[in-house]
Amino acid sequence: MDFPTLLQVLDSTVRLATPLLLACLAGLFSERAGIFDIGLEGKMLASAFFSAAIAAMTGSVWLGLLAGIAASLVLAGIHGLASITFRGNQLISGVAINFLASGLTVLIAQDWFRQGGRTPALSGGARFGNITLPFSGPLADVPILGPIYAQLVSGHSILVYVAFLAVPVTWWILFRTRFGLRLRAVGENPAAVDTAGISVVRLRFTAVFICGLLCGIAGAYLAIALQGGFAREMSAGRGYIALAALIFAKWRPWYAMGACLLFGFLQAVGIRYQNLDLGLITIPVQVMDALPYILTVVILAGFVGRAIPPRAGGEPYVKER
Amino acid sequence: MTGGGQNTGRAETAAPAIELKGISKAFGPVQANKNISIRVQPGSIHGIIGENGAGKSTLMSILYGFYKADAGEIFIKGRKTEIPNSEAAIAAGIGMVFQHFKLVQNFTVLENVVLGAEDGALLRPSLAKARDELRSLADEYELRIDPDAVIDEIGVGMQQRVEILKALYREAEILILDEPTGVLTPAEADHLFRILRGLKDQGKTIILITHKLREIMEVTDTVSVMRRGEMTATVKTAETSPEQLAELMVGRKVLLRVDKKPATPGGTVLEVENLKVRDHAGVERLKGVSLTVRAGEILGIAGVAGNGQSELLQVLGGIAHGTGSVRLNGTELDLTGRFSDGRSRRAKGIAHVPEDRQHLGLIMDFAAWENVAFGYQGDPAYNPTPWRIDNAAIRADCAGKMERFDVRPPNPLLAAKNFSGGNQQKIVLAREIERNPELLLIGQPTRGVDIGAIEFIHQRIVQLRDTGKAILLVSVELDEIMSLSDRIAVMFDGRIMGERLPGETDERELGLLMAGMDSAPGNGRPALETVGGGH
Repeated sequence: MDFPTLLQVLDSTVRLATPLLLACLAGLFSERAGIFDIGLEGKMLASAFFSAAIAAMTGSVWLGLLAGIAASLVLAGIHGLASITFRGNQLISGVAINFLASGLTVLIAQDWFRQGGRTPALSGGARFGNITLPFSGPLADVPILGPIYAQLVSGHSILVYVAFLAVPVTWWILFRTRFGLRLRAVGENPAAVDTAGISVVRLRFTAVFICGLLCGIAGAYLAIALQGGFAREMSAGRGYIALAALIFAKWRPWYAMGACLLFGFLQAVGIRYQNLDLGLITIPVQVMDALPYILTVVILAGFVGRAIPPRAGGEPYVKER
Repeated sequence: MTGGGQNTGRAETAAPAIELKGISKAFGPVQANKNISIRVQPGSIHGIIGENGAGKSTLMSILYGFYKADAGEIFIKGRKTEIPNSEAAIAAGIGMVFQHFKLVQNFTVLENVVLGAEDGALLRPSLAKARDELRSLADEYELRIDPDAVIDEIGVGMQQRVEILKALYREAEILILDEPTGVLTPAEADHLFRILRGLKDQGKTIILITHKLREIMEVTDTVSVMRRGEMTATVKTAETSPEQLAELMVGRKVLLRVDKKPATPGGTVLEVENLKVRDHAGVERLKGVSLTVRAGEILGIAGVAGNGQSELLQVLGGIAHGTGSVRLNGTELDLTGRFSDGRSRRAKGIAHVPEDRQHLGLIMDFAAWENVAFGYQGDPAYNPTPWRIDNAAIRADCAGKMERFDVRPPNPLLAAKNFSGGNQQKIVLAREIERNPELLLIGQPTRGVDIGAIEFIHQRIVQLRDTGKAILLVSVELDEIMSLSDRIAVMFDGRIMGERLPGETDERELGLLMAGMDSAPGNGRPALETVGGGH
């Protein structure tokens, strides 16, 4: 692999890691607060559809983004209602949201646009363009670092920068603020939070809505930045991969970035080398495409060692004496 | 209701720190608190004593804003106060130390103290301030603790101190402690009482909820007694006696000392030699235990929880494997292999009342009659033919056992979880004792059992002894060991530290042995650096 090809693969890695990273951080907020969220996938998908639909109708990518976030927040609210207010089973609520999003997006897309469950292709102001960072032109001639800056760092959609900026911000919120302390506490022992005079319900709802916000951005990125329009099931299991990355990262923000970049890299390699010729044998494209999913299974099978989830995760909080 | 405030009716000049007037609370048909009135004087230690289910915890939960009372008023320092939630309770200067600590296990001491009492949106200044504050609190109240220790890695005594510090950091004037000594060693409990007296001297008001009479007598100034949701009396501690309090709690006279004749031991029934047990992590839990139990004798094993007593019971009861030699009436028992299980033990005449009755002794969701058959389901009396189990026979047998063991309510169809702790224990005891075993293994016979039932259970154990059976008793309650045992062996760190006769020893000496110090003359060095089980 020569240097320009490597840069291309890495560039593609960054683009593909972005939705994973946003969804992974979304899950991190929710699960750190003790609400397991298997519905990342559904929230991303709903956001992808509504952002593309509104962007197509209004021609404004920003209105599209807002619509996507709003759709994701609504689903987050449903999850919160089911699992916090009504103390339902968090897994079932999440699965229900995934089914809901999967069916509803195609149904509404067909009803609105009559293009077989797709939205019209987006272009111009209805799609996020790539931002060229300053000096990337003149610096491009500097050996090694120049192309890295011009191709890898510069030239992405704004949402990519948002995603990677969200990593230190998440870390800072989690470990340097009062809100973060309480968030981590409520995922470990909600009774401690409750007896300290803080509302467990409010805290968990806040976390779930932050999760909704980030999932919304992730979905919108898929439909109106990475691609130019919505296609059915376009989230393609990214919500689940993000969950695997979250476990891989042991619920920590910087590790989450590493995990998502790894998954993104595997996807990028899969796309770049469709039929990998190793001389004696040729690895077929299907294997390459399956790489991230294979890694997910390996990780979830506990290959990475013990990952201890937040102790109160998955358990509705019932006040006892 | 006239009980509240009697004997303290003399005019007090200062407003009471807490005054409750006519508090009532019902959960469905169950009246947990009935018209409770109480005055707690500032700067005093006020005990609230009562059996399990008497309504103590409900009352305190109302005071801490967990439940809303159906009727009644709360006055704090003479001012009527509404306490709709914990936040309001904290604001009113009430701090609560729960029986089950409310700590975040993977947080540091400092983070736990600060949680919910932060000074601003950023953490760093709050933590710095709390660190200074903790240092001065530590000096003031003898509450020394490493602020950066993680809760997971400190002992329960320390964890309790963190809970107290949490309350003090929130400037609590009134401190409520719910069954604080349940998890402590005698030495830790003494330290706690010193802390409480120190707090009282600084003008704090302390409410101590417990079912242990000894603690009430030792540390409180005033004591209120609750029975079946009612406050039956409030008396000065100095003017009462354990016997009187027990009678007030139960509503009838209670024998606090176990009534038993001297033992007339026969031949050796159980002989344990150099018994060793490793847990699944490979840590040696029993490091060569040797002991004997004779017929017609109760051998009491004292010790702080986690020093190998559980493993001893498990290996003898056939739940765990071990190495060494165990003989029952001269025949060797298998310690590994297929004949080392509970079924083989039962067949040899060993009955086991396990320490953890809710997990090992009973299946909580199953009915009492099903629980009565467990372990003995192969009994021919239950199996008229090899292919049919006679449920009616088991139910009838259960009804008989319930009557003989005074299980209330005597309903074989009721699920085990719906009985009180004492009645659950009676079901297990009935099942094991009525099999007429050669050897009874019994762990924590009265843990979570109310005082009336304790008396009954103790009597039954002594009766079994008097029929010439051998009994191995494990308990963390020193009182129980002292009053039931004919001989006492003290365990520490997987070893027997020594054996004493109950008439020739005292709590101080046993306490030293439990902490790993040999009290014999010239041997006064600690057996290990660390004192206590460390679990």
